[in-house]
Order: sequence, then structure tokens, then C-alpha cells
Amino acid sequence: MLAATVRVTRDLDLAEECVQDAFAKALTTWGDDPPRNRGAWLTTAARNRALDVIRREATLRTKLPLLVMDEQDPQGPFPDDRLRLLFTCCHPAIDPQAQVALSLRLLCGLSTAEVARAFLVSEPTMAARITRAKKKIARARIPYRVPAADELAGRVDAVLAALHLLFTTGHSAPAGDQLVRHDLVARALDLTRMLHALLPLPEVMGLEALVLLTDARRATRVDDEGRILLLEHQDRAKWDRAQISEALELVRSALTEDPGRYALQAAIAAVHAEATTYAETDWREIVGLYDLLLRQWPSPVVRLNRAVAVGMAAGPQAGLDVLEPLGDEPVLATYAYLPVARAHFLTELGRTGEARSAYEEALLLTENLVERAYLAEKLSGLEAT
Amino acid sequence: MSQYLVLIYGDPSYEAGSSDDVMKGHMKFGEDHGPRIAGGNALQPTTTATSVRPDGAGFTVTDGPFLETKEALGGYYLIEADDLDEAIRISKDIPMPAGGVEIRPVVVFE
Repeated sequence: MLAATVRVTRDLDLAEECVQDAFAKALTTWGDDPPRNRGAWLTTAARNRALDVIRREATLRTKLPLLVMDEQDPQGPFPDDRLRLLFTCCHPAIDPQAQVALSLRLLCGLSTAEVARAFLVSEPTMAARITRAKKKIARARIPYRVPAADELAGRVDAVLAALHLLFTTGHSAPAGDQLVRHDLVARALDLTRMLHALLPLPEVMGLEALVLLTDARRATRVDDEGRILLLEHQDRAKWDRAQISEALELVRSALTEDPGRYALQAAIAAVHAEATTYAETDWREIVGLYDLLLRQWPSPVVRLNRAVAVGMAAGPQAGLDVLEPLGDEPVLATYAYLPVARAHFLTELGRTGEARSAYEEALLLTENLVERAYLAEKLSGLEAT
Repeated sequence: MSQYLVLIYGDPSYEAGSSDDVMKGHMKFGEDHGPRIAGGNALQPTTTATSVRPDGAGFTVTDGPFLETKEALGGYYLIEADDLDEAIRISKDIPMPAGGVEIRPVVVFE
């Protein structure tokens, strides 16, 4: 609805106002007898309101340049305005945090206060971030358009990265008293499904599968007291089977000859999902998938995850050996999962003293209360032995 | 159509004209995008820069660029483009031996 109204106003703020006016008008005119097609009614009302305002204020509105639109081909190969809006919000020239915030604000209809809460920042901070991004769109003339075929791949990556950031922020909240923010995960899934419906590319399906598979375990990631349960201790019977089979179907379509990073991450999650018990996990398959992923995406975090898989496939000493050189990676210096992985393998090798200092190091690096409680429990378990 | 100033950043000691490859790159850029280029220049290295700052009573004139940075402004183009995407597309053809470019929309006063 907002996306369709932007087409008329060519101004994000004005479009938002018109949509709100349309809702207000609906409240007063519908009464007990709402029209059958409420969405269409609201969109028409918002667009009419926009046309009114523009006609009346044609001479007054000069504060910001209008959004850049292609006049001659209003439909183009992608008829949906939401897709245009998503590409505008997730333009690589916009700060990544602001890309996600703008998408939530303009495509999911979250209020600025809600977006601020999602990112654990104050409302004025978020309002400033959103305003800055909107001004950049207008002043730098970031177009309201789905990119041309030759640029599409790179630009889809930026959109996927924004959606993935939204998902991971929800899946492992960086701070706060909850491990998982289901509201954010749900929004990420909504937007990814929308993107898939509009643009069924392998990597879009890969991200959708990854979100579905990870989210399928939501009921089992913490116990009744809100403590973390690792994959090993999760009750697999409570995994969302319907969601998993939907995702497995998507993984099959996403794994092309030269699979992308989301497809590969989804494939790794699929190996976990398909194992009936933790002991049956095919760690060799997972190491192989991480090898492919490293070629696509040579990031220290991927190397860390691969090292853990190596340890599971070939024993704790092998895992430690692969983890060892990662200590020099600046990116991982403040990343709690590195000392946690080391502590895990050290414990298995019976090197309790070293394991203890590794857990203590990890405690210094996470602000999430649920994760802290987990680490404290691990530490006290070591004291007892 | 909007104007964008494309600032070329690179090695502060770079001498324009010292590399045939870079020169050829700029010639080609001029041929490929001629109608879109509204202006542009190469700058002498930052060792030739002079900074002037008001100091209350008058002005302080000092040797050196305004900000000492690892990558310094070495030249610029003023280009015309329909939108940021086109400006980015054109800018990618500018030779960038080290560093890169910064694209700034030009303010239009009406």
C-alpha cells in the first residue's frame, strides 16, 4: 500500500502521511460495514489523498527533490511496487543498519518506536537514522527502481544481506534478556517470502530456506527456565517438521551448480535438520559444505564454524588445531564463540584449567544475559570436576 | 539530470601524468562518457597544498592539505547523471590506481 502510494507522491514522508490519513478515513467511514476488498480501498484512498496534497501544494513543496522514477515504463518486468521500495531501502549507498530500519518502517509498517526497540536504541536515535537515510535517498537521487539485469545480482546481494542482518539480529539478540526475538525473525521471513514471490532466484530461496530451517528449531533453543539448549540437547521431536520440509524443498532448488552462500548455509542447516539424533549428524558432509562456503565467502566466522565441524568429525584435537590460527584474526578478537569453541574441545581433552580460562574469556565478550548464564553454568560445571 | 562531483582519492604523493596507463584510462573515460562530463581536473600532489584558516584576528596560512589522510584528493570530475545508480556506473570507469572515488550530489539552488 505504501509502496503503491510512493509511486504517486515520489516522496517517502508524504506517502507515509497519506497512508495514515487513509487509515483514519477508514475508521470514520467504514463503521460496521467495511468494504470487501479493504486493501484496495485503503490503497485507493491513500493515492487519492496523495494526489490532493500534491495538487494543492504543487508550488509549496520544494524542500526535497522528488524520488527518481522511470516515467515511460511504469510496470517494467517487475510489476510490484514493494520490490522497488525494497531495492530503494536496501541500496548499498545506504548504511546497512539504516537499510534494515527503513525496510521495517516502510515495508512492514513498524513505527519508529518499534524499530528502535528492535535494535535496542533510543527512539530519537532511530528517528535520526531513518531521517538521514530518507534524505540521502532524495538528495543523492537513489532511484525507486528494480535494477537492470546486469546489476541485479549485486543489488540482490545487498537486499539479502539486509534481510539476513534482520534475521540474525532476531535469532541471536546481541543484548537483552531474551535469546531470540521472534518478532524480528517473523519480519525477516515475511520480507524474504515476499522477495521470493517477486524474484525467485536461487540465493533468495537459499536465504528463505536458511531462515525457515533455523527458525524451525525455535521451540527447542531454550529450556523452560529460558536457558540455552545447544543442538546436542534439543528435543528434535519439537522441531517444526512442516517448516523443515518446506525448507528442504527450497534447498534443492537453491543448490545450483555453483551454489551461493545462503544456499550453502541452508544446506548445512538441512544436514542438521535431517539427522534424527545428534549422534547421527553427518559432520563430514558439513565440513565439505563449509569448504565450499569458504570459497564463496572467505570470512573468519565461517572458518570458525568449519573448525568446530572438523572437531566434531575428526576429534577434539583436530578441532583445536584448526581453531589455533584463528586467534590472530582481528575480527574474532571480540567474538565470544571462538573461546567457547576452544573451551568445548579443551574440556573434552581433559585440559580443565585451560578450558576454564577460555570460558572466562568468553564471559567478558557477551552482553546477552541468556548466553552469560549458559557460560557461567559451564564454568561451575568445570569447578565441580 | 543531476550533477555529481566525483572526487578521486589515492596515494598522496601521486604525480598526475607519471603513469601512461592511468593517463590512457582517463583518455578512454573521456571518450566513453564525453557528453556526461561537465568538468574535471587533475591536482598537483598534496606536498604542494596550502591551507588557509581564519584564526579570529586574520588568517593562518600553513603548508599541507586541510586533513592529513592516508588517501588524498588527487583530482575530480563533474559528471551529469539521471540518478545515483548511473553516477556509480559512470564512476566505475574512472582510473583508480589506489584508493577510490567519492560521489557527492551537487546542491541546486533554485
